[in-house]
Amino acid sequence: MPVIRVKDLSKEYLVADKQPGLIGTFRHFFSREYTSIKAVESIGFNIDRGEIVGFIGPNGAGKTTTLKMLCGLIHPTSGVVNVSGNIPSLRKYKFLKDITLVMGQKQQLIWDLPPIDSLKVNAAVYGIPDKEASYRIQELALMLDLKEELNRPVRKLSLGQRMKAELLASLLHRPSILFLDEPTLGLDVNSQLRVRDFLYNYNQKYQATIILTSHYMADITSLCKRILVIDKGQLFYDGPLAKLTQQFSPSRLVRLEFNEQINFSLLKHYGKIIKQDNYSVKLLINRNDLPQKINNLLNNFSIRDLEIADPPIEEIISKIYSNKIE
Amino acid sequence: MFKKLFTKKRSRIFNLYRVFRALFISQYALMVEYRAEIALWAISGTLPLIMLSLWSNSQAIYSFGYNPINLAHYFISAFVVRQFTAVWVMVSLEEDNLEGKISPYLLQPVPPIFRYLFSHISEQFSRLPLVLLMIFLLFLFKPNYFWLPNIGSLIISIGTIFIAFLLRFLIHWIFAMICFFTDKASSLERLLLIPYLFLSGMIAPLEAYPEQIKQFALLTPFPYILYLPSKMLSSQSFNQTINIEVLFIWIVVLSIVSVFTWRIGVKHYSAMGA
Repeated sequence: MPVIRVKDLSKEYLVADKQPGLIGTFRHFFSREYTSIKAVESIGFNIDRGEIVGFIGPNGAGKTTTLKMLCGLIHPTSGVVNVSGNIPSLRKYKFLKDITLVMGQKQQLIWDLPPIDSLKVNAAVYGIPDKEASYRIQELALMLDLKEELNRPVRKLSLGQRMKAELLASLLHRPSILFLDEPTLGLDVNSQLRVRDFLYNYNQKYQATIILTSHYMADITSLCKRILVIDKGQLFYDGPLAKLTQQFSPSRLVRLEFNEQINFSLLKHYGKIIKQDNYSVKLLINRNDLPQKINNLLNNFSIRDLEIADPPIEEIISKIYSNKIE
Repeated sequence: MFKKLFTKKRSRIFNLYRVFRALFISQYALMVEYRAEIALWAISGTLPLIMLSLWSNSQAIYSFGYNPINLAHYFISAFVVRQFTAVWVMVSLEEDNLEGKISPYLLQPVPPIFRYLFSHISEQFSRLPLVLLMIFLLFLFKPNYFWLPNIGSLIISIGTIFIAFLLRFLIHWIFAMICFFTDKASSLERLLLIPYLFLSGMIAPLEAYPEQIKQFALLTPFPYILYLPSKMLSSQSFNQTINIEVLFIWIVVLSIVSVFTWRIGVKHYSAMGA
């Protein structure tokens, strides 16, 4: 049974328009004109308990608006949202204890105090007994590799340490549903890895449902089996990541390394040349023709090494966003 | 069944106590970090002492029943009351609204008002030593102004000052809900400052006002914020139409209003994008 159910969910905003210049300013002062912006348009999906779902789309696609509707921060214009049997916008006590929202660009920790002070407040707010809170803090700190950082003022922490402390604060009450809006934003590669590992372990340990938005495709590919792709407020893909690659990129990427220099124009019959140098080439070959063409290549050329892979997911997503699907 | 209900209620009260204690401790720690700023705020709250120096040489004070000593007691009390009824919730809420900091608070199972309330209460505690030092210095230079209220009236005065603070906090909180509709709601704080200065008894005791203005002031909550607790702290008798019961009525009425305005504000905030 799905833990998150979304049906025909829409959100519209009224935005005041202002013409440039002095006359525009005067007009704006006396009579304002508003335009209705459809941030999210009739989307629907179900998510089961324990799933990690990647929610991707270009800037302004409607990802954060959808997350905010799912956690009850904003009210939908129309449609149905049900999260673990609750209507999020009512923000009932039981619902609030069951969820968390982590936003990479926003923080809840008190800036001038060590994270431990904010954690103690959160423990009291969620009714976690002192002893249990200490145990959970230790457990999560270990998973996140946080030690003495918990006793340093937040302003003195690095971005990575701060994000890990934010995660700790957001998960202290052990929510079963996590809404994560770019939790690795601005982090270095090591910190990104650590956060990803942590989220994976948390999901495994507590069977938590996670919806994750991120512009780093590595976050999505390493954590999410299923993705939702949204653009201009509309959901246009909901399914496994692997299927997205097949659906939107009918070719596979073949890298060949030759024993000798060859005439690259001969390779045009096999596929689209992406990159070439003296002894190697990258080709995009249609999936259906792949076995036959690889066979021909091995017969016709002296090949030292061969590698077949899907094109990088970033490229596929980028093509989807810019409507340049092959 | 009653035992179960009682245990549940006791547990809720205990949880609320834990929340208040944690908020107080963390906010007090934060205020101690800002001790230099708090010292400046405390010094900036000396308007009643400036008014004392202006009024003390005036013969007019005798016409409304004061002499230089009890006038000094009134304004020194007003200075203390002002220190412990300072409210800046409109500025805080506007800032949190614009920076999106209020969103995480809305997703926690405790009403956000408590965060702001305890931020003010803990600031009062961090301000206390500074105010005591300022009073000590004042009495050192003006020993004839010294007086000591008896312990009973001191306790009642402290309680009244706290309730007066709650009243001012509620007024500002209600107006702060405008933050959910416009980006520059804190400008209203300046608008509120005018009736506060004139009707609360800050620039002169209410007895100095023409009868009509005095009657009008008594219809507003402002005299209960400063005049009433100042008169109590200075152990002076005061207009019987002003009393603690009315202060409580204002608290109850404004608490109800604040619940409704909060709901309307948050609903609009949630509708516009949070």
